[in-house]
Amino acid sequence: MSEAAIPVTGGVKFNIHIGDELTQNVKPLLHEVKHALENLIEKGETSIIDLRSIPLAPGEEDKILSTLGKGEVQARLNSLGLSEINETQYAGVWVVTHYNDEDSIISRFIEVTRMPEILSSQTEDIRAAYSSLTLDLDENQETNN
Amino acid sequence: MTDSTNKKDKLPADLIQSGKSPFDKTLGETMRSQGVSRRSFLKFCAATASMMAMSPAMIPKIAHALENARRPSVIWLSFQECTGCTESLTRAHAPSIESLIFDSISLDYHHTLQAAAGHAAEEAREIAMEENFGKYLLVVDGSIPMDNPGYSTIAGISNYDMLMESAKGAAAIIAVGTCATYGGIPHADPNPTGAVSVGDLIKDKPIINVPGCPPIPVVITGVLSHFLTFGTIPELDHIGRPKVFYGQSIHDRCYRRPFYDKGLFAETFDDEGARKGWCLYKLGCKGPTTYNACATTKWNNGTSFPIESGHPCIGCSEPDFWDGGGFYKALSMPTVDVTKAAIYTAAGAAAAGVALGAMNRSKKNAAAAAHADTTIDDLKK
Repeated sequence: MSEAAIPVTGGVKFNIHIGDELTQNVKPLLHEVKHALENLIEKGETSIIDLRSIPLAPGEEDKILSTLGKGEVQARLNSLGLSEINETQYAGVWVVTHYNDEDSIISRFIEVTRMPEILSSQTEDIRAAYSSLTLDLDENQETNN
Repeated sequence: MTDSTNKKDKLPADLIQSGKSPFDKTLGETMRSQGVSRRSFLKFCAATASMMAMSPAMIPKIAHALENARRPSVIWLSFQECTGCTESLTRAHAPSIESLIFDSISLDYHHTLQAAAGHAAEEAREIAMEENFGKYLLVVDGSIPMDNPGYSTIAGISNYDMLMESAKGAAAIIAVGTCATYGGIPHADPNPTGAVSVGDLIKDKPIINVPGCPPIPVVITGVLSHFLTFGTIPELDHIGRPKVFYGQSIHDRCYRRPFYDKGLFAETFDDEGARKGWCLYKLGCKGPTTYNACATTKWNNGTSFPIESGHPCIGCSEPDFWDGGGFYKALSMPTVDVTKAAIYTAAGAAAAGVALGAMNRSKKNAAAAAHADTTIDDLKK
């Protein structure tokens, strides 16, 4: 069993070492992701897992994230603070991390889907964009006339 | 902080034209008028779902409910307290207190956070109560002294009178902190002020107890958000706490639980077990009898919680935690004070004294034996 020191903000590390599967929740969670992928393939069902709702020891979340790795897509969203949307090395498995304005993580999800909903342009925003573009073009036309 | 008397003077031009007060608008309308995109709104909803410890599957429902929610007026009363609960609230990060105050609720009265003082502050409370009678949310932190009203007054009004007056028109009451929920430290033996909880005095209103000394910031905002989102109070346990946050014991959700199951315990704060992160049960951890969300929600923006920092849980979200027999006494040890028992039985006193002395010596010797000196090499690790 490998060991990992507890990371502490500011780069300091306590002299405490922990096993990488202390709560034994790492493997079950990864299996949950596997079952979610199976559901996506067979039934087209999407799943979301809230990483903050599961008891994890220091270092275990990092273990999960490093196991999932990084894939081809990495998106950054600037909306009410930064959000990072990364596809993992397993296509269809995404890690979505939301930060607040102070760059603190406010929530982190594993989404098993073709594309996380938050990446899609939203209907309301598209309607607003249409109105805005129409207005801009009308104004331009008036200016040219 | 909103100033009720000047609300209309501060309305944006588009709202004045529409004749619609921001306090009449839904949260969705308010956010759109502030240029918040639907995508940002979805992010807000995702963070809110996580904060309320709800399944991510609830995000669309939360989005729909929040879209149509109206900003409730909130009156916050502080009685016999240390301001720790407000300190905790102001460190909430999801959503931030700023967004909660300005976007989601209308915090019309709060001693510590409001700009107004004296008569203007009390006037703000009275106006908010009058304008929102039957609809406002009353938040209380601190216990209420019943021995002598003079122990704690605000603007010459006793805590008891202010609570009873403010509770009349409240839709629901949220008691924040262990003082407001169960009497807390002021209520600890010998309870010199005759401190009681909100629930001891109010019997005809729904009360949500959010205990903790202080409560976890996002638990406070999570309960507020639940009321805002669904307009109802969450499901409560037998002592009035929202099950979603207080439904499981610290012990059951603790990452050190596997060590407990294997019988691996830290015996002192600096022995091998402590250094290896073993279970803190024998050091007095109250995790098995304490119900709270610390082990999953954690503190300081999800950084850690007391057990993760190497200290046993003191059980601060439980009634009478201060009188529980000692923070560093294991739950399995008798809570009866041996020295007090000695007064009543001379023979028993002698035996108990010998036993206690022996126990203390044994513990001290064990601690000395288990103690490991910190070396330069340790510091370099």
